[in-house]
Amino acid sequence: MQALSKQPFSGRKAVKFLMDNVIIIGIFVLAIVVSILRPNFVGESNIRNLLGNTAVRFIIAVGVSGALITKGTDLSAGRTAGLAACVSAILLQRSDYANKFYPNLGDLPVIAVLAIVLGITATIGAVNGTVVAYFKVPPFIATLGMQTLVYGIALVYTGAQPLGSLRKEYTDIATGYIGNQIVSYIALIALFVGVIMWLLYNKMRYGKYMYAIGGNEAAAEVAGVNVTRSKVLIYSLAGMMYGLCGFLLAAKSGGASVNTAMGYELEAIAGCTIGGVSVNGGVGKISGILIGVLVFEVLKIAMQFMGLKSDYTYIVQGLVIIIAVALDLRKYLAKK
Amino acid sequence: MNEYRLEMLDVSKSFPGVKALDHARLKLRPGTVHALMGENGAGKSTLMKCMFGIYKMDEGEIIYEGKKVNISDPLHALKLGIAMVHQELQPITERSVAENIYVGRYPMKKVLGFFPVVDHEKMYANTKELLAKVHMDFDPKQKLGSLSVSQMQSVEIAKAVSADCKVLILDEPTSSLSQREVDALFAIISELKAEGVSIVYISHKMDEILRISDEVTIMRDGKYIGTWDAKELTTDKIITQMVGRPLSNLFPAKASVPAEVVFEVKNFTSINPRSFRNISFSLRKGEVLGVAGLVGAQRTELMEGIFGIRSTVQGTISYKGNELKISRPRDAIQRSIALLTEDRRATGIFGVLPVDDNVAIASLDRYLEAGIFLNERKIDKLVKDNVAKLSIKTPSNKTLIKSLSGGNQQKVLVARWLANNPDILILDEPTRGIDVGAKYEIYTIIAELARQGKSIIIVSSEMAELLGMSDRILVMCDGRMTGELDAHQATQESIMALATQFE
Repeated sequence: MQALSKQPFSGRKAVKFLMDNVIIIGIFVLAIVVSILRPNFVGESNIRNLLGNTAVRFIIAVGVSGALITKGTDLSAGRTAGLAACVSAILLQRSDYANKFYPNLGDLPVIAVLAIVLGITATIGAVNGTVVAYFKVPPFIATLGMQTLVYGIALVYTGAQPLGSLRKEYTDIATGYIGNQIVSYIALIALFVGVIMWLLYNKMRYGKYMYAIGGNEAAAEVAGVNVTRSKVLIYSLAGMMYGLCGFLLAAKSGGASVNTAMGYELEAIAGCTIGGVSVNGGVGKISGILIGVLVFEVLKIAMQFMGLKSDYTYIVQGLVIIIAVALDLRKYLAKK
Repeated sequence: MNEYRLEMLDVSKSFPGVKALDHARLKLRPGTVHALMGENGAGKSTLMKCMFGIYKMDEGEIIYEGKKVNISDPLHALKLGIAMVHQELQPITERSVAENIYVGRYPMKKVLGFFPVVDHEKMYANTKELLAKVHMDFDPKQKLGSLSVSQMQSVEIAKAVSADCKVLILDEPTSSLSQREVDALFAIISELKAEGVSIVYISHKMDEILRISDEVTIMRDGKYIGTWDAKELTTDKIITQMVGRPLSNLFPAKASVPAEVVFEVKNFTSINPRSFRNISFSLRKGEVLGVAGLVGAQRTELMEGIFGIRSTVQGTISYKGNELKISRPRDAIQRSIALLTEDRRATGIFGVLPVDDNVAIASLDRYLEAGIFLNERKIDKLVKDNVAKLSIKTPSNKTLIKSLSGGNQQKVLVARWLANNPDILILDEPTRGIDVGAKYEIYTIIAELARQGKSIIIVSSEMAELLGMSDRILVMCDGRMTGELDAHQATQESIMALATQFE
């Protein structure tokens, strides 16, 4: 900003800005084109849909961002959210439903179920953090293992059956809207999570330590940061975010299965990277993550609107992820 | 036949902010051992890296066997017949001895007349021969990691010999060897010498130099001082030439008088048997204690041990009579100890973070409100005060630290520790890689802190700095404390004598 005010405009800066934000700009242009060709793209129902999808993915991406900022990653995010969705659904099925998972279970308070789910997923995150911080297992391997492990637990626990017929007071959390039927409760919850995480990242010791670890782990330890403890906290909190995401997803879709939130970890990493979280560590903002997730979601929906078969969209998504990381690393390569 | 196998003439090399070599010279005769000597930072390794093609010279020329050569990279040097055994070995410990010797230039053969594969039989047979040449008869298929350090060293030498070298550079080859292993190495050197190989031998160990070398070239501050016949030299004469520099740095006057002992280290011994052993010393209030030693004396390791970065097997640390239990840096910081680490980039700065976060990171505990939120107003003030106190030149406190100069980065790190108001301040190479002006500012800060009653330990490889700043100087050699000198009576020669007191 300062540099900009000194030098109002220069060609090189403009090129740098374009290169640093090429994906966001590209998708923005795509969105404009699509909205001209298919006016429904900016219609009320699509915007509602976009906000709802962005909200749940934003929550999971914010969780993953802590791992990314500390130079790690968390591939267990999607499966942990999936398990959370299953547990939420199981504990919040209607009592008059014939195929109820626990036929004799009474109506638990929704908030109590949320607490149980967050407890479970925080524990999963704590295990990730412990394995990464104490046993120095590379985060990629540790969380890849956890991904498979959690999936296995979900399969065994649910018997792989879909879980439906959820209580209305639970699904209302997702389907309720304020005012004009566009901003759902889920969007509000995501906004609330964003604010809390912003405070945590910017106004509290937790965030300062997290950025320091990502910036230079050895220096952080020397400066008095308890790196192991911080990492366990970061992965645990990430686990809670996945739990919340799964809880909301089941409510949103009125049910859950072991495949709920499949692949969300990669979308989360993509959103973070597009939004400027560096895989080199130490860099990343909540606002950037929101933009990154939103933009990725716009891309997906835009492709749908253009009638691209969903099979093809995977190819595009994969490309975008690789390009986003390559562009991010390019910033650091250039400086050597 | 040329009188010299290789001549390096008027070689100069600069790194940002430092002139590492200033018209350095070296002339090697065939079939001799030529010792290259000088203090830490005198430019010995830099000169050798120029010869081996790792660095590009700014000026000067290399005449090899009568012809001017322009050595572009190590591979080129090897082709010419120049080989180097580095100070720090770079072994691939999980691969075999043979693969370590032939990595990058495997003997190949063709399967079915066209498909190239590595010729393992040939590689193992050749390795066996090479190992015999250096009197080692272990299995070429053995994992390198299963050998001792000295055996790995022999493998490195075998590798150098395998290139059919005519010039062999040995950079501190004995720093991790036992006496018996040194003898074995010397036997190999004698044989190579008899075959006509020119050997450049870099070492700090006077007795070794006098024992095996034919000629000695001494360097100081990147400059050529002279070349002598080894027979003419004595340890004292070498030391005088190595350190004989007038005190070119100016130091601020010291106003502090050391008071009572506040900090004591007793029998401190590293978990690593090759690192520091049985170190005991005390530190007074308002005292500046210098720690001298050569590269490898384990001074940094000792300081990191005190600060809880490295593990120890025995020893105690006490502050004002109370024993401290320090198992990680956080414990040390909470007990009012600070450590400015040696390697600013690796363990100091957070490059991607702004100046303010870099300053405040170690002090956050004191600025928590209700145990949750950080008091930004107070932290801002703390940062501003310290940035001003150390006159750190930065566009703003939100500027990323990596865009500052080395001297200013160092001052930011000093500010980080001062912000925490420690009583014991350990500074490991506090002026390394920063310019003269910034050095003087750091010295002034150190003198002022001592006046305020802080106790300071300075580890430095610059003897002038130690003599100019300290009240007392501890000297270490090879992990042991070999002496303690009153800084007012100590000389560079007396320090050097203790620093080279190998067992």
